[in-house]
Amino acid sequence: MTVEPAATRLRHQVPLIVWLVLVWMLLWGTWSWANLLSGLLVALAVLTLLPLPHVVGGARVRPVPLLAFLGHFVVDLFVSGAQVAWQTVRPRPVTRSAIVRVQLRADSDLLLTMVAEALSLVPGSLVLDLDREEKLITLHLLQVRDLAAVAEEKASVLRTEDRLVRAFGSPADVARLSAAPAAERLP
Amino acid sequence: MTAWDDVVAYSCLLAGAALCLTAGLGLVRFPDVLSRMHAGTKPQVLGVLLVMVGAAIRLDGWANAWMLLLVAAFQLLTAPVSAQMISRVAYRRRHVRRDLLLVDEFGGAGHQDVRHHGDEPGDAPPEQPGPGQPSS
Amino acid sequence: MNLVDHALYALIAGGALLALVRLARGPSLLDRVVATDTLLVIISAGLAVHAALTQDPTVVPVLVVVALLAFVGSVSVARYIGGMLLRSGTGDGRDPGLPVAAEERENRS
Repeated sequence: MTVEPAATRLRHQVPLIVWLVLVWMLLWGTWSWANLLSGLLVALAVLTLLPLPHVVGGARVRPVPLLAFLGHFVVDLFVSGAQVAWQTVRPRPVTRSAIVRVQLRADSDLLLTMVAEALSLVPGSLVLDLDREEKLITLHLLQVRDLAAVAEEKASVLRTEDRLVRAFGSPADVARLSAAPAAERLP
Repeated sequence: MTAWDDVVAYSCLLAGAALCLTAGLGLVRFPDVLSRMHAGTKPQVLGVLLVMVGAAIRLDGWANAWMLLLVAAFQLLTAPVSAQMISRVAYRRRHVRRDLLLVDEFGGAGHQDVRHHGDEPGDAPPEQPGPGQPSS
Repeated sequence: MNLVDHALYALIAGGALLALVRLARGPSLLDRVVATDTLLVIISAGLAVHAALTQDPTVVPVLVVVALLAFVGSVSVARYIGGMLLRSGTGDGRDPGLPVAAEERENRS
């Protein structure tokens, strides 16, 4: 572990501490100063005993794109649930699936993790593998009709990434998005 | 508690329970591990979310609602992670019905084990002969 | 108990039974892991349904435990099956040193 100033360390750990305290309070279910303090103590103990690598680097939150992403995400969640449910109950069995690779453009651990998480929950795709160096994500698609459907799925993966990066990415990440328009970067 | 609350809560519970049933149905009907993974994650997560919403409406008190919210959040965060870990191992171990694949851009070689482990499905061609004779 | 309550319990029980079918039939260990994961989530959904129908919040903390247990269980089994390959950096390059699957070891001895 590299030696770094205490201030940077603390700044990196603040989101984690906030999250842990929040979980603690939700577990107790009530808001009180005692819960806040004990949650803070537990969070600090956890972070000292089990130090985590830093993932929160250069991330920021932009409210309007975040709302756009969340809206799409909730709709996608319902659509994918309904889609897979329909595929299980319809009489015709699943006949054609596919494994595709997509070249992503985001270049940060946190963003790639979020993209992978979001992709697992949107219609039809399941993350198989994520190559960190090459930024290549491998997806399993349930039930594709033909190659045109495959291309459409790939484009929708890139659209999801686009929305996420616009919501959370650093300015450099957003600039990389506009430098490489979604349609041209299909491998 | 008004009648409208109950109507909303019961419809959420019913939809969620139906999605749980389809998850089980998908587990039985889908052809290979990766497809079953789809059934095990997506309708499942949505179903649990709906059931939690319904239960939170039915149960009085914010403490319960917060705890149910926590369960839903854990579900959203953890389901993709475990799905990814299992499906990656499944691909390595050749638990993929290759005859059903339209395209495979991952490229089997290098991402799959060369050795046969003995629990692969019958149509997965072993590149080296024989279950029970591992090289090491 | 009205009709809707029965329908709810029946749906959940049906899902759990189907997951059990896959658990019993599943040709490979991974199928069984997926089935166990799904079964645990269905169980937690069933507990939530029960709590909602009886309006009794006693089992709510159990839900948290079961939800986390499902995750920890399937991840640790996946790591066990995957053995060393999950530790190999980028994922390419073949791993010669995979541990032998447990079923196979039992068969040979």
